[in-house]
Amino acid sequence: MAQDATYALELRELRKSFGKTEIIRGANLAVNAGERVAIIGPNGAGKSTLFNLISGRFAPTSGEVILNGQRIDGKKPYEINRMGLSRSFQITNIFPNLSVFENLRCGVLWSMGYKYTFLRFLSGLDDANERAKQLMEMIKLEKKRDTLAVNLTYAEQRALEIGITIAGGANVILLDEPTAGMSRSETTRFIHLIKEVTVGRTLLTVEHDMGVVFGLADKIAVVVYGEVIAFDTPDKVRANARVQEAYLGSAVADAQAGGH
Amino acid sequence: MTTTTSTTTSYYRFKPWNVGRIIVWGLFALLLIVAPMLFKSSLALTMLSQIGYLIIICLSYNMLLGQGGMLSFGHAVYTGLGSFIAIHAMNLASKGSLPIPLVLIPLVGGVAGMLFAVLLGYVTTKKAGTTFAMITLGIGELVASMALMFPEFFGGEGGITTDRVYGGSFLGITFGPAIQVYYLIAAYCFVCTAAMFAFTGTPLGRILNAVRDNPERVEFIGYNTQRVRYFAFIIAGFFAGIGGGLTAINFEIITAADSVSVIRSGGYLLFTFLGGATFFFGPIIGAVLLVFASVLLSELSKAWLLYLGLVFLFMVMYAPGGVASLIMMNLRLAKFGKLRSLWPSYLGLAGTGLVAVLGAACMVEMTYHLQLNAALGPVMTFLGATLDATALSSWFGSIFVLLTGLGLFELCRRQFLQQWSRIQEEIEHQIKRGEAL
Repeated sequence: MAQDATYALELRELRKSFGKTEIIRGANLAVNAGERVAIIGPNGAGKSTLFNLISGRFAPTSGEVILNGQRIDGKKPYEINRMGLSRSFQITNIFPNLSVFENLRCGVLWSMGYKYTFLRFLSGLDDANERAKQLMEMIKLEKKRDTLAVNLTYAEQRALEIGITIAGGANVILLDEPTAGMSRSETTRFIHLIKEVTVGRTLLTVEHDMGVVFGLADKIAVVVYGEVIAFDTPDKVRANARVQEAYLGSAVADAQAGGH
Repeated sequence: MTTTTSTTTSYYRFKPWNVGRIIVWGLFALLLIVAPMLFKSSLALTMLSQIGYLIIICLSYNMLLGQGGMLSFGHAVYTGLGSFIAIHAMNLASKGSLPIPLVLIPLVGGVAGMLFAVLLGYVTTKKAGTTFAMITLGIGELVASMALMFPEFFGGEGGITTDRVYGGSFLGITFGPAIQVYYLIAAYCFVCTAAMFAFTGTPLGRILNAVRDNPERVEFIGYNTQRVRYFAFIIAGFFAGIGGGLTAINFEIITAADSVSVIRSGGYLLFTFLGGATFFFGPIIGAVLLVFASVLLSELSKAWLLYLGLVFLFMVMYAPGGVASLIMMNLRLAKFGKLRSLWPSYLGLAGTGLVAVLGAACMVEMTYHLQLNAALGPVMTFLGATLDATALSSWFGSIFVLLTGLGLFELCRRQFLQQWSRIQEEIEHQIKRGEAL
């Protein structure tokens, strides 16, 4: 089992069925610490489901998820988060009626050991406040400190989403389509931001935009029909015949379906 | 990564002596102290005492509703059971078998409320949203019906009585006179209000807001949302119990039919909402309204529950933030110097609204008169006017007043809405310009 610890995140024969439909059909993946992995695949291939299984939103039907050498499959989301894995969401998932600063501070509290404390004032938690301030600068929202999250622009909300995700200091970060719905220029800036804030951490991201994928990822995992059919460096994945057949073929089919 | 720098500046630390805050709390304390000197009648003192503990209860309820997004239909369970334990403790103390002075009896109620919240809340807070509401309703009914099954503890129909004067006097204070009880209640009211306000600034308080806003996300930042709700529920139970204990001291009688009933829970919900659940001070207004409605409005008219229902209906539809949100909106206008221009509109709205209400009230009162006081004949007086409840002229007159009021109100409202949105735009503009500078 000693070798398990060398991987930041490992999936072994992971399966998930909803009713009679099997969405994830024996996915295997082993991500080294510090790697940036982009997960690509056609719509409905199970990329988001994979994230939901890893982060504890759903329990897998069978198989194992191993985080830093410890099994996390079947655990609750908050337990997994405390063990060092944090995720963002495809649909912006923030605290709308709290300010930017409060959003980030909420993300910090548990990891700094404040837990369910009600005998200390937030204003006196210097370390948490300092960390939240740093995060606010990292995601470049320091001017919006006291703005309610609901009143931010879409791109700002996406940045806040990333900020909350990295706030707790987790070493494995899952980002579900972080640039979805953004303009090209926003996307470029955002990729920079993601690179900056995830330095030294393991990053998995679901992404559709191939430009983003090649700009960001050390490795690419191709998910088709609930399986990881290829996992390699971007160049090798591009040259992979099976990927071209399975994914690029279906990408064309998608485009045609969209055209009608 | 987790090392913290010691360079934390005072920027993020709130000023330890926040002048504005001291003034507000000082005024609150002053108000609690001088209120019985300004309003000297015994009715006023009764009302002030009731307001005192209802403030605690409504604030504790809002810890669930406003801060945690938990719509509880069973808050009276914790105030009521707190009352019962407190009243039994008083009876034991007066027999000499429990050495508890009266000043600590509210804390006995608080601990009782807390323990029942520990017990029942464990089940309740497993779920959120509609399911939570349903479970609280179920538990409310359960406790209310249990109260009938254990007359030894709950005293059956007659309830449990006590005498709050026991243990002799201390510096001349026996807690016999109502004024002394008022000051006991006022002291608890101030301390509990301060404590509950302090709670809103703690990590648990803030995460509770996060759970209200987006429970799913909270699970992914390391928090067990069930735990967060559970702990908040227990703390709310504690303060509810204190309120219950003070109720017991104030009335010296507690009946199950009244104090643990679902109707009572509904009252707390209704008035917390009317006062305003989105601001900390909203429930304080709610508590004041609750006492005024149940003491004064009920004197004024037999149809007071109907009026109350209508007020609630209109508030939910047009001002879901309650009275507190109306106040805050106007304070915002005042801050930007726009309030003055709205006065004529407000007067117009109030005047025409009043005419419409008058017309409607005449009809409601005539209906009630026909149903309840038929033996007294059809003629009645309402607000100085003589109405014949069987005469068409009275009805047509009322309808005419109502329709006139409604028509004019609608005109005023349209004009007001235009003015309102124009002012809001101006304010937005002003803010944007301020940001650009």
